[in-house]
Amino acid sequence: MMRNLFPILTVTLVIFALWYAFAIVLNKNWAYDKAVRGNYELSFSELVADTWSQKKPRLPTPDQVAAEIWKSTGAAAIKKWGRSEGRPLSYRLGKVFGDKKSLLRHAWLTLSATMLGFVFGTGLGILLAVGIVHNKAMDNSVMPWVITSQTIPILALAPMIIVVLNAVGVSGLVPKAIISAYLSFFPVVVGMVKGLRSPDSIQLDQMRTWFASKSQVFWKLRLPASVPYLFTSLKIGVAASLVGAIVGELTISQDGGLGARMLQGNYYGTTILIWAALIFAAAMAAVLVSSVGLVERITKKRMGFVA
Amino acid sequence: MKLILLALVVWALGWGINIWIARQKAGRWQSIVSAAVFGVTLVIMWELIVRGSGVSPVILPPPSMIYAAFIGSTDTLAADFFQTFVKGVLTGYAMGVGAAFLTALAIDRSDFLKRGLLPIGNFVAALPIIGMAPILVMWFGFDWQSKAAVVVVMIFFPMLVNTVQGLDAADKMQKDLMRTYAADYWQTLFKLRLPAAAPFIFNGLKIASTLALIGAIVAEFFGSPIVGMGFRISTGAGRLELDLVWAEIVVAAIAGSAFYGIVALVERKATFWHPSQRKGRGR
Repeated sequence: MMRNLFPILTVTLVIFALWYAFAIVLNKNWAYDKAVRGNYELSFSELVADTWSQKKPRLPTPDQVAAEIWKSTGAAAIKKWGRSEGRPLSYRLGKVFGDKKSLLRHAWLTLSATMLGFVFGTGLGILLAVGIVHNKAMDNSVMPWVITSQTIPILALAPMIIVVLNAVGVSGLVPKAIISAYLSFFPVVVGMVKGLRSPDSIQLDQMRTWFASKSQVFWKLRLPASVPYLFTSLKIGVAASLVGAIVGELTISQDGGLGARMLQGNYYGTTILIWAALIFAAAMAAVLVSSVGLVERITKKRMGFVA
Repeated sequence: MKLILLALVVWALGWGINIWIARQKAGRWQSIVSAAVFGVTLVIMWELIVRGSGVSPVILPPPSMIYAAFIGSTDTLAADFFQTFVKGVLTGYAMGVGAAFLTALAIDRSDFLKRGLLPIGNFVAALPIIGMAPILVMWFGFDWQSKAAVVVVMIFFPMLVNTVQGLDAADKMQKDLMRTYAADYWQTLFKLRLPAAAPFIFNGLKIASTLALIGAIVAEFFGSPIVGMGFRISTGAGRLELDLVWAEIVVAAIAGSAFYGIVALVERKATFWHPSQRKGRGR
């Protein structure tokens, strides 16, 4: 880890430097336009200063994005807290957490849809995998369609799924969660099938010599053996769930969520807003994946897998 | 009600056929037929249940209506396909895969870059990159260029990570052997390392093929000329022309599966030597 730290930091620094450089290139036209209209000359340092501080830049700089994130999370909360001075505590907390414009609230909406879909998808995936491993007819008939189902661009279905579900009276979290579930069940099915089939024939024979029943083989050998595979799939699945929820929110933007924020930024041309939502979503993905990784490490340690 | 009962009968029949097929001696045709029976059963049940339970075709059109819409608007569908798939997806795919491949070769020469870029690449590959779509549409305009750009951004990192991993796949022994033959860098690259990397590269190509279509379609939700698969899906859903939307989805599904299938076919021809491609079923 330490060995990699220096190269990673270097690359990250280079990326940031490139980001600032691109900001100059992409935003300079607007700066020149303003200069021509205002009839003044731009020196290079003025140009740089202008491109890094425009209100609606084509590419906002990292510090502008960071400022926007802080403004719509921490700063907004502090402001609400201060303004409701003298009211009861529950009211003040309600003001802070009920803030409609807060990025945290949008993130929470996205997160809850993601988690709901992730749980659905994982459950469905595990059930399907168990069926596929134990039933040859299912293996033959369902597995090819599971694979085909992923070559269908499901995200393209998002608008339709949401319209249809709205028409039958299902709205709110569930439509988004369904898209998340569809995206996350696939890695789980594939991983679990692989995992449930991973015990060696030696181990299966051993179970036979112990006269183990089919369910005993499943609970005591196949299921434990599939755990590492399951976790690998879960990490992919949780990231896919988040993507599903965000794309779902692009269509039902009135409910809010990080995807809705991106769409809003798109309408009003406020790129900073899009980038803030994007970076926030990225951070959320990182936290989700690494928390699955943490659970994985603990579980594996408890179960006695060599780390 | 009768139609729903009929649907249950069809389901039982399909299930019975599949169990019968599963009991037969294993052969090449077995899984194909079995999957086909499953698919046909689903479609028939869909038709019967939708008609039998009186679901409004505005909510879920039966397959026969989708077929009619498909036949009735082939011109529109073909134009959309050309705009999104041929212009957006294929251009973006070629550029993204090419760029990732060249970058991987460049990174591979420096251990420092490899250690720095790989973890970042892995991290970025898990991010919701699709969120870049509105930004790229703003930068590159509404036409296919912005869709190609979204495709490039989406497939770059998965492809990069897979290729870099693949270039590490050759054994030390094999590399040493190349050294004893006095092979230079390029000879080693073309005769040993690239062939050894092929399974990984194809894995990246397959992942990229599904991502590419998704990227192009979703990018069209953020703005497009009045043609394109994503445009048709989002406006069609808004106007409740769901039969047309479904027809478009069928096109997308066929295009996506065919794209994936072609890559998989090339893989089978190119990496016939790899254990995962050899004949004979695993467990």
